[in-house]
Amino acid sequence: MTKTIDARGLSCPQPVIMTRDVIKDAKGGRITVLVDTMTQVYNVSRSAEKLGWTAGHEEKDDQFVITLEK
Amino acid sequence: MKQKLGFFASRWGIIVVGALIGIIAVYLQKMGNPANMGICMACFLRDIAGAMGLHRAVVVQYLRPEIPALLLGAFIAAVSFGEFRFRTGSAPIIRFALGMFAMIGALIFLGCPWRALLRLAGGDWNAIVGIAGLITGIFIGVLFLKNGYSLGRSRHENTRLAWLIPLAAACLVILVIFYPSFGENMALFRSVAGPGSMAAPIAVSLGAGLIIGFIAQRTRFCTMGAIRDVILMNDWHLASGIIALVVAAFGANLLLGQFHPGFTLGLDETGKLINQPAAHTVWHLNFGGMILAGLSFALAGGCPGRQIFLTGEGDGDAGVFVLGMLTGAAVSHNFNAAGAAPFAVWAMGIGIVLVLLIGFLSIEKGGNA
Repeated sequence: MTKTIDARGLSCPQPVIMTRDVIKDAKGGRITVLVDTMTQVYNVSRSAEKLGWTAGHEEKDDQFVITLEK
Repeated sequence: MKQKLGFFASRWGIIVVGALIGIIAVYLQKMGNPANMGICMACFLRDIAGAMGLHRAVVVQYLRPEIPALLLGAFIAAVSFGEFRFRTGSAPIIRFALGMFAMIGALIFLGCPWRALLRLAGGDWNAIVGIAGLITGIFIGVLFLKNGYSLGRSRHENTRLAWLIPLAAACLVILVIFYPSFGENMALFRSVAGPGSMAAPIAVSLGAGLIIGFIAQRTRFCTMGAIRDVILMNDWHLASGIIALVVAAFGANLLLGQFHPGFTLGLDETGKLINQPAAHTVWHLNFGGMILAGLSFALAGGCPGRQIFLTGEGDGDAGVFVLGMLTGAAVSHNFNAAGAAPFAVWAMGIGIVLVLLIGFLSIEKGGNA
């Protein structure tokens, strides 16, 4: 099951905090994070990779879809 | 799908950029900027406020070219990498207030976090007190963030409108170059003595600002974020950038004979204490001023430098924060509350209470989860 986090338009570090809160409870699987700046792509990806998840992203209609997997 | 984030996003990227900023800042001091003030967002915005006549502290009035250049550097980087987008609407007036109080706090210490690091690298030990205050303020900010603090979402707007931002910065650069006649009944002000009279050549200031703005935008360099990420999640990525800045600036200062350690510079021939450059030794003001600044930066999501770079990326809310800082500089000097001035302690106390109030009022139910 894919869980989606909508962190669009939020300032640092809220997207990272939201992602970490979800990662904390998930042993593995697939998490999608929506953000709207490259800064948040960097921050969310780096933070998730540090916790052992792989991160990829693609741009879609002026926003970014980050996919985290473990 | 899987994309590499590139050199600037790497650990080495942020370290190289931090070191480069430190060296450029010290070089600016060598070229004429005030001591331990190669780059200071708070001081330079304050000088710009003075040049525009928003305050009447005659020793700190100069249209510093670094500020618009930093913004334009970030703008060029954002446009080159397809990141220039107009976004706004996340509690702008609250961000204005945070910018104002951040500035009032920083001007009590006499410097933004960048200058706190440069003062440390120049041997001004009062910076240690200021940085301790900064860390304390950011720590309080992290508590708010962990408990669901949020200023809400921004929206994407018509990006064509955001071109007004670099246009405004370009106008400032043009004003700097042609600096219209200044003085009584003329346009703009310019210090003839004091820190506001000390400046690197315009071309050097502009070049330095453009370079730093570009590389800082690419790496998302942020002094507040550096400390916040360590406190919040033991993430040392941004912190390695500010450590590199201090180490590089310290080395450059040693080489150039600009390192003078101490809380003061000793006594003059009449037995009077000589303060470190643009500094004072009242520890509770250095500490408390930076608590106010650090908390305000944390609640706004970035240090003054980062807010300027975000503005260059088209972030209108960050732009409002910067305008708040400009106003804060005017309040600070007009109310005689900068440095260790008589009303500094009042400004600090009132500021901390009001910023805490903003924090409590912005906690959303259900937290950030």
